[in-house]
Amino acid sequence: MIPLAHVLILAALLFCLGLVCVLVWKSNVIMLLIGIEIMLNAAMLVFVGGSGHWGGADGQVFSLMIMAMTSAEVSLTLALVVYLHRRRKTVDVDDFASLKD
Amino acid sequence: MEQYLFYILAAAMLIATVFAITEKHPVHAIVYLVTSFFALAAIFYLLAAPMIAAFEVIIYAGAVMVLFLFVIMMLDLGHPEKAARPGIGHWLPAMVLGVVIAAAAVTAITLRTTTAPATRVIGIKEFSVALFQRYGVAIEIISMQLLFAVVGALYLGRKR
Repeated sequence: MIPLAHVLILAALLFCLGLVCVLVWKSNVIMLLIGIEIMLNAAMLVFVGGSGHWGGADGQVFSLMIMAMTSAEVSLTLALVVYLHRRRKTVDVDDFASLKD
Repeated sequence: MEQYLFYILAAAMLIATVFAITEKHPVHAIVYLVTSFFALAAIFYLLAAPMIAAFEVIIYAGAVMVLFLFVIMMLDLGHPEKAARPGIGHWLPAMVLGVVIAAAAVTAITLRTTTAPATRVIGIKEFSVALFQRYGVAIEIISMQLLFAVVGALYLGRKR
């Protein structure tokens, strides 16, 4: 049986990798979104680990909610990226600083 | 046996994620990330969550990553392999911060005592009962959120 502490340590390491990805990749908005995906996966791992440890279905239900939330977020953000790339011809985050054109 | 499999999958997932975040070509990063998500799906299966493992493969490794690839192909980024990777000045503070946060989290986790685990696979029936009875309102809210996302994506992608 897998101890809960090891699952949580794995989730902590995965979350920090995603955090480093978000902090580093300012020049490419797609890599930044990948970092957010990694962090959300770490959160899902914590939910599923807790659900397996205490034997309830709640954690799995909430990881399903996270998946639905992520798919909504990704579809909307990628549509936004396509729109901004059409206007500015770049994916650099620092170029999208102003709201109006 | 189960435990060794968990450690092998955890190492595979962490290595694939490190490759994904250090890769400067987005398509290669996506492929590494799919590897990482497959390993994570197997870990979910080991943690007695077969439903979530299936959803991870179908939704994350299938739909979301294909959407990423689709947008990368559509954007025509020129030559991403010639683009500048963030320099050491960017990596170093982020790595230091990440290592500090990881060390703090790992220390906090290892200091806690854990009780004996209950080994029980949560089947599709129990999962569905919890999903549609206890969390029925949350399902409605999530479905509305997905609808709003569709409307927003259609609005942003319309011809003008």
